[in-house]
Amino acid sequence: MTDSKSKRAIRLKALKAAFPKTLPILAGFLFLGISYGFYMRVSGFSFFFPLCMSIIIFGGSLEFVAVTMLLSPFAPIQTFLMALVIQARHLFYGIAMLDKYKCTGKKKLYLIFGMCDESFSINCSQEIPEGVDKSYFYFFVTLLNHLYWITGATLGSLIGGFIKFDTTGIDFVMTSMFIVIFLENWLKEKRHISSLIGIIASVVCLIAFGKDSFLIPTMACIIILLALFKKPITKGDEAK
Amino acid sequence: MTLTQQIITIGLCALATMLTRFLPFLVFSSDKEPPKFIKYIGKALPGAIFGMLVVYCLKGVSLTSYSYGLPELIGVLSVILIHLWKRKMLLSIASGTVIYMILVQLVF
Repeated sequence: MTDSKSKRAIRLKALKAAFPKTLPILAGFLFLGISYGFYMRVSGFSFFFPLCMSIIIFGGSLEFVAVTMLLSPFAPIQTFLMALVIQARHLFYGIAMLDKYKCTGKKKLYLIFGMCDESFSINCSQEIPEGVDKSYFYFFVTLLNHLYWITGATLGSLIGGFIKFDTTGIDFVMTSMFIVIFLENWLKEKRHISSLIGIIASVVCLIAFGKDSFLIPTMACIIILLALFKKPITKGDEAK
Repeated sequence: MTLTQQIITIGLCALATMLTRFLPFLVFSSDKEPPKFIKYIGKALPGAIFGMLVVYCLKGVSLTSYSYGLPELIGVLSVILIHLWKRKMLLSIASGTVIYMILVQLVF
């Protein structure tokens, strides 16, 4: 009896520590999630799609791209590869979190499952206050973010069913999002070789292979070019 | 696409996502350093992928037929300028989208 009571106290304490850290994500995920759900709905998908996708994929960029994939001809290999490269950054989040998620017991499976950019950045950077259970803190950060995203996506698709104004051009929300992400990354990096490789390789392959089949050659070119330009790209990093 | 194909597409997206999230924990133990090339790709890849995704979003734009990519060009420039000015992610996305919607619905 006292055992379950103290367990509840530990959980409550962790939740109270985690919630304020996730507030910016609440705002961001509600906005992006609503845009995503709305976009899916006006693209002809019922609320069930964004609901399921936000639960099982839980990765904003890929879910936006998936709308375009679902509207294009069925291309399983391209879909899988595209999803892999969009999500490849998680590999490095995982490497960074190996230690922190080490002793989290049964919660570890869910922590890894829900390791989106935002959950990673909070769990990786935040100092956990003294006396707060670490694994529950990580758990609640991940869970709250997941719930915000599911709520936003579902809400957006439900709103999309009622609203009757002209939504032509709403798909630009995805373009804007990637421009902002690209720009933020550009402003952070010292050299822009990698960003430029991404743009140039995509444009060249788009012209050469056409809009329905340029992605796989682009991804191949990017990996090859990154390997070739390893020296100039890493130059200056070592000095620091 | 049939419903089955849609389910497969979504399933593949989920599978690829989980692969990228679980793989490091399956492959590396926390006391072993990951290979150098993997670390390098990890640092260098995001910039290139974000660039690719921007191009991917704009892949349907036609420069040779009417509107000549102008609404997209103005939309892209607005997002960049608003973002450089305020550095508020959500503001840049929202205003860029609204500007683009106005352009394609009322101007072009």
